[in-house]
Amino acid sequence: MTQFLSLLLNGLSLGAIYALIALGFVIIFKASEVVSFTHGSLLLLGAYSIARLSEPLGFLLAVLVGLVVTALAAFLIERLIINRLRGAPVISLAIVTIGVDIILLTELIRRIGPDILNVPHPWGGESVRIGGIGITQNRLIAMIVAGVLIALFFVAFKYSSWGVAMRASAEDGETAALMGIRQGRVSALAWVVAGVLAGVAALFLVGSPTPGVSSAVYATALRAFPAAILGGLDSTGGALVGGLLIGLAESLAAGYQEQLLFLGRGFGEVVPYVVMIAVLLVRPSGLFGTKELTRV
Amino acid sequence: MLIIDSLRVTYGGAVEAVRGVTMEVPDGKVVAVLGSNGAGKSTLLRTISGTLRLHRGRVDEGSVHFDGEALTGRDPGQIVRRGVVQVPEGRRIFGRLTVEENLRAGGMGNRDRAAKAAAHARVHDLFPVLAERSGQRAGLLSGGEQQMLAIGRALMASPKLLLLDEPSLGLAPRVIGQIGEVVAEINRQGTSVLLVEQNATMALGVADLAYVLDVGRVSLSGPAEELARTDEVQRLYLGHGDPGASGPVGRHSRRTLSRWTA
Repeated sequence: MTQFLSLLLNGLSLGAIYALIALGFVIIFKASEVVSFTHGSLLLLGAYSIARLSEPLGFLLAVLVGLVVTALAAFLIERLIINRLRGAPVISLAIVTIGVDIILLTELIRRIGPDILNVPHPWGGESVRIGGIGITQNRLIAMIVAGVLIALFFVAFKYSSWGVAMRASAEDGETAALMGIRQGRVSALAWVVAGVLAGVAALFLVGSPTPGVSSAVYATALRAFPAAILGGLDSTGGALVGGLLIGLAESLAAGYQEQLLFLGRGFGEVVPYVVMIAVLLVRPSGLFGTKELTRV
Repeated sequence: MLIIDSLRVTYGGAVEAVRGVTMEVPDGKVVAVLGSNGAGKSTLLRTISGTLRLHRGRVDEGSVHFDGEALTGRDPGQIVRRGVVQVPEGRRIFGRLTVEENLRAGGMGNRDRAAKAAAHARVHDLFPVLAERSGQRAGLLSGGEQQMLAIGRALMASPKLLLLDEPSLGLAPRVIGQIGEVVAEINRQGTSVLLVEQNATMALGVADLAYVLDVGRVSLSGPAEELARTDEVQRLYLGHGDPGASGPVGRHSRRTLSRWTA
């Protein structure tokens, strides 16, 4: 029972990190109508910047600059490439983002090399026990920070002018333009927000129990894609639920590895994709992907 | 005042949708533009509101000026801020947003807080149903209510000139009558209106001036009352007149159009 609860808590914290990434993925899709595969390398860029900068700048400043770098990279990708290709087929845009991702990833891997860069989190690698359930401090803080950020995001998305503009523009871009809503600005802002969320996710993904920044972080970030897809690509709530589901599934599959041996070793690594396929077979537009609800 | 001068618009460099249209909307007036499908009515509105580019259309000749400033070449946001706001054809309300959020979206181009608050009060005053339903999803409103929301949303930008693209489309005759009254009331409050319609009865009923577009050209224009008395408008748009005077095409149009006035 303790093991189960511990896996549950760890799964939720991992899921909260995935949810941050998946949220960015979803708002980019809503604002720019692009399925952006740049997220993996953006996340690695954030992790790399934080790791490299923490020596000269100190941890806190490095995190701030790292977030700015990630957001700026996302902003530039939107302004210099995506915005200029508006009207191109969705598939072409997706392939373009894969291209951008590979370029960025290759450069980052060259810079990181075979090393594992250390991020000196002030909370270190210690674990805490909550009523017998163990979790690393890093994951516990991750869960709290992610929870606060996600709550802030949803409040802004629901009530702020940015949120209303974003949802209006996602639903009908031309009509939103007729209201004086600038689609270019809405889209650029979505990429910046997604960049910041990816940067925060990176900060926690490279902390304990993960050893540090290596190219393996990229593979972890990729698991946020099935999270976004299974939640429903155009649903922010779906991204949250999808992220948590994937985190839980991964944690449970890894924890009960012995019992799941008949599925082969390392099932935890592939379980996000298995869950995604299973969900999509039942609900092709994802758990919360909207089927139009209108009366004419 | 809106002045359209010898405007020529093509799509994809080939299809000529508007072929040399000259037209005016004087301050404080309601101007109706009549015409059947493909007459160039929507193209005309897209040109004014700056959304032509989204449809791969281009202004080849001529110009559109509002209060002395050229509108051609500006983006929709700049045109909204100059006081020219369009209600799109088919209403196009944001169905997943609430009624109130739709109104907020309409006020996005309006930077003046006081003006926005006044516009909001005016919209609730004109359409009490929008106040009652403010928290409801807009997609669940009836067709007539959706049209009122679409008009209210445009009013949130405090327009000096309101462009209406077929507001009667798909609505019941009684609701069309209400839309006509609303247009007249909005105009009484000081907003000029350019009303594009296929429903000539309603349009000529509220308009001061009217133009008839035919395959991209102005075929008739003048005071709405006089236009309503001409044979052509009677026959093609109002569904009565001398049946013997029209050929087979005319008779056919008369039969389909007479349903509108029922």
